[in-house]
Amino acid sequence: MANFLESAGRKTLIQLDYVGRLNIQLWATLRGMRAALPLVGNRLRWRAAVHQMLDIGVDALPMVALLATCSGFILAMQGASELRRFGALHYVIDLVALGFTRELGPLLTAVAVSGRSGSAFAAEIGTMKVTEEIDALKVMAFEPVEFVLAPKYLAALVAVPCLTIISALFGILAGGLFMFFSTHLGLLLYFRYVLTSIELRDVVAGMIKSLAFATIITHVGCLEGLRVRGGPEAVGRSTTMAVVRSTFLVILADAIFTTIFYFVGKA
Amino acid sequence: MSIISVRDLVVEYDGRRVLDGLNLDIEPGQITVLLGGSGSGKSTLLRQILGLEHPKSGSISIKGTDITRCSPADLKKVRRSIGVAFQSAALFNSLSLEDNVALTLREHTALAPSVIDLIVWLKLAVVGLADFGKLHPQELSGGMKKRAAVARALAMDPEILVLDEPSAGLDPIVAAELDELILFLKETFQITALVVTHEMHSAFRIADRIAMLFDGRLLTVGTKDEIRANQHPRVRQFLNRVPANPMHRPALASYLERYVQTQEAKP
Repeated sequence: MANFLESAGRKTLIQLDYVGRLNIQLWATLRGMRAALPLVGNRLRWRAAVHQMLDIGVDALPMVALLATCSGFILAMQGASELRRFGALHYVIDLVALGFTRELGPLLTAVAVSGRSGSAFAAEIGTMKVTEEIDALKVMAFEPVEFVLAPKYLAALVAVPCLTIISALFGILAGGLFMFFSTHLGLLLYFRYVLTSIELRDVVAGMIKSLAFATIITHVGCLEGLRVRGGPEAVGRSTTMAVVRSTFLVILADAIFTTIFYFVGKA
Repeated sequence: MSIISVRDLVVEYDGRRVLDGLNLDIEPGQITVLLGGSGSGKSTLLRQILGLEHPKSGSISIKGTDITRCSPADLKKVRRSIGVAFQSAALFNSLSLEDNVALTLREHTALAPSVIDLIVWLKLAVVGLADFGKLHPQELSGGMKKRAAVARALAMDPEILVLDEPSAGLDPIVAAELDELILFLKETFQITALVVTHEMHSAFRIADRIAMLFDGRLLTVGTKDEIRANQHPRVRQFLNRVPANPMHRPALASYLERYVQTQEAKP
């Protein structure tokens, strides 16, 4: 029993240390973000941020759109198979519209970005650690946080919400196509029903989630990269850990936000 | 007066003492070579001098500033007077050779782009890479990367040039070319150079003074002739390439013999 408690305590401390490091890194990045902003910041950092935006956002667009379309069909079909029995097939529209605006849009995007960009951040920064590029930045009187992390974070804060909106649109569109083929409901009418079923607060909830997920994915990926010690195999491990940890934390954060929005909505 | 002064430096990793009360003075305008076997503390001392790690105790003064106690802003100021070529070259793979060399000039100076281009071309010409500026690091050979790293280190006209294992992994001809380059830089720019190596031939070719480390302590320091005449057993062992544990082979043989006997004794 003592051993179990000791082990649990040690593991808890390790996790708390990890969360602490994430927070310190987040704070340092926020302080360095000004350098990556357009007009007021450094031109080269802004250019790096735009490059990252294309990487995180534009390059992930086909994947996110396909993922959302498939999930939209699945959700609509699963919902329809049950709701049809009660003669409430039209509730599929609410299910898909609300499901994608509040939940699936941000979550699917986060999973896709975590797999693509979170792992890429960890691999890139991990390789920079192994090849002494991070040390080189320091001795060249640069701040690695400002130079490497800030453009990535700014890019994620812009690209992930944009991808979330597109993901939600494709998911809802898939639901519309299902309704068209199963009930011959016109797409225009479908979108009119969608607009009446979602409210502004649903969109805001989705956007808040997507910003939080962007923060988690970027900082977990970067922290895993910065924690690399040793050779190329350590980079591989950090890449895997970045995806595993960021996906876990995204789902945990999603549960927390959903709980908060549920009680706020009730009040 | 010394340009770099290390006093009573103690460095520990997880309770293991790596540098133990080390004292060293590096004179301006000279090439000082840090010699020592693997694990003697050369790289650790270098990282301390570059301010990449904090010591347990002791001080390191560079141009009169104690970098172990100074503010981050003062550390940055000191770092701008040091050019570093890392063992792995640590060039930024995403940038061309020209951009690698131009990076500090673009970020730390207000020079016009045409002036920066001229300086970059000059620095690349000094190391014999004027025709390769458009290439990326991954397109270069090992020797070219090392020379490019020297060009980048020279970009801001540093007073101190630090070279970590410049000839490691290079063939003798390329290594000799690098030695000549270091001598040329010293004669032309009156630069102070700190070179870490365990290549004896290279050390005796370029050094004004040689400092030899053993087990985290400074074993001896002196001119090439003083080191050659030094009769300390460890210095002799290093200079004459005598193995540290000549009993290894018989010990291995007896171990294998015992292993075979135990295997034969098994039913």
